[in-house]
Amino acid sequence: MTIETRTSGRTGTGIESDNLVSVEGVEKTFRRGSEEIRVLAGLNLRVPRGEFLAMMGPSGSGKTTLLNLIGGLDRPTRGSVAVGGDRLETLSSRRLAAWRAQHVGLVFQFYNLLSVLSAAANVELPLLLTNLSRSERKRHVATALEVVGLSHRANHFPRTLSGGEQQRVGIARAIVSDPTLLLCDEPTGDLDRKSGDEILALLQALNTQHGKTIIMVTHDPHASARASRTVHLEKGQLMTEAAP
Amino acid sequence: MTALTNWLSQVWSVTLFALRTLPQRRGASLATIVGIAGVVAVLVGVLSIAEGFRAAMSITGPDDIALVLRSGADTEMTSGLGREEARLISDAPGIAHGADGAVASAELFVIINLPKRTTGTDANVPLRGIGPAGVQVRGNVTMVEGRAFERGRNEVIVGAGAARAFAGLDMGKTVRVGQNDWTVVGIFTAEGGASESEIWTDAAVLQPAYQRGDSFQSVYAKLASPDSFTAFKDALTADPRLKVKVVRQGEYLEEQSTMLTEFIRGIGVFVAGLMALGAIFGALNTMYSAVAGRTREIATLRALGFGPFPIILSVMIESVTLAVIGGAVGAALAYVAFNGFTASTINWQTFSQIAFAFAVTPELLVTAIIWAAAIGLVGGLFPAIRAARLPIASALREG
Repeated sequence: MTIETRTSGRTGTGIESDNLVSVEGVEKTFRRGSEEIRVLAGLNLRVPRGEFLAMMGPSGSGKTTLLNLIGGLDRPTRGSVAVGGDRLETLSSRRLAAWRAQHVGLVFQFYNLLSVLSAAANVELPLLLTNLSRSERKRHVATALEVVGLSHRANHFPRTLSGGEQQRVGIARAIVSDPTLLLCDEPTGDLDRKSGDEILALLQALNTQHGKTIIMVTHDPHASARASRTVHLEKGQLMTEAAP
Repeated sequence: MTALTNWLSQVWSVTLFALRTLPQRRGASLATIVGIAGVVAVLVGVLSIAEGFRAAMSITGPDDIALVLRSGADTEMTSGLGREEARLISDAPGIAHGADGAVASAELFVIINLPKRTTGTDANVPLRGIGPAGVQVRGNVTMVEGRAFERGRNEVIVGAGAARAFAGLDMGKTVRVGQNDWTVVGIFTAEGGASESEIWTDAAVLQPAYQRGDSFQSVYAKLASPDSFTAFKDALTADPRLKVKVVRQGEYLEEQSTMLTEFIRGIGVFVAGLMALGAIFGALNTMYSAVAGRTREIATLRALGFGPFPIILSVMIESVTLAVIGGAVGAALAYVAFNGFTASTINWQTFSQIAFAFAVTPELLVTAIIWAAAIGLVGGLFPAIRAARLPIASALREG
């Protein structure tokens, strides 16, 4: 596996080529009974290639919803989300799933590892969606685990790993198919400070050394300090932008 | 090829995940297995009755025995033939010949009342008067106790099934029927066939006992070969002195058993069908719980890019696996409980009792597994679709 940022060469309709992510006038509403809840209200955001962006804001401000829209896990009620030239709202569910497998690595707060699979098997999961042979998959898994420093724990099951180690497995799973974009939802939210720092250092290295574009949702200013840019959301709108 | 292998790997990974988490849902899974085992046990149990009855009424091996009845008669009960007609039938071409001439037996068939061993209630038992070649015609009769009856005496031999099912048919006992006493001098088997449900005596003794004069009801004829049937039948039906109907014994017995066999099968399928409905709801409940318990994991796989089909397949495989385990347990229970269990029932087409053994055949076991798998498929389908349609973003936060 070579971990490097993809350059698709597609610019899409009206999307600047140096912006990997372009969110234009996005609204997202949910229905709860007869009540309509507007989570995102006409939000615009652009994320250049190679950026490490932190998104902060109080609970319910729409951070995770925006992350889900950028990752193609959900669809906007209105507006447009483009990643690498692909307009996500135009893709069918099947194509969106294939797009996620190819372009996005996801890191979750609670790791979301499959408890019955070993660390290596968990990391291998995204590669089952590719055309790689078994031996190639093994090689990629080994590289990803090496990048996160867990080669020696490849055959361990999640329950035998510490929280920090499980999150490293989660990161290895996110980078194993060499995606364009890493989306991290509170990646240190379930970890102690030391483990959290290690994870943040790993993400930073993936950004600086391997050129990964990273968008990270966090409540923690200490975590956002590692990012190259931080945006604040409140009531579904982008309030301020701050560079560290 | 690699794409297919990887797709199969996806299915395998998801299924492995589903099956390995089964112990976490052992209560609901066990309930499904027990429910489906119950359905299958009942289905196999009832169908084994039909199968046993059908087996008792069927002929194995070459069907080289012809049965001659009066034209228009459906059963021996409604048939009647004179001695002259019986003689003409014995002289027809196509009949096998032994040392004593044509292997044909002119027979009488009457119904007597005897109490069942199990309930004590009276049941209709066939008492058959056979000619000198009666045993030779059938060719599958073996004396397992005692001896053959002596001609001209009030002696009977009893089929093993009848001896088991009806009181008073033990060796050496005397059975009083009407004005006559009949001594049981032997017990015979007939490869499990319908003859084992009958009592046999000399036709010449039975005729006066039942005031039948010189008449018979049927002639059983051993054919020179199964292929001789057409020549035999054509000769009899073309003879202007005879008004007879000629059938192969196998076809006759099959016709006699069809109504009851189908009735029992119908009841079995109906009862098992009702139970299957309940089992389907059990499977649905189990699989909905299984999907609910794995919501976050399924959402994670979908988030990683797994398509809906591996998810659907994994849920279906789990459901069918549980169902097939239940089916196998039910089939095994049914085999242990029912196979070989002996009983008797009235054959409405002859108004006489047929003793038979429940038969859990390999075909029945396959049917049982197919039923179980079908219950699993139906029970797993909707939960599988639900799993595939989980909204990923909200499902990722569950658990």
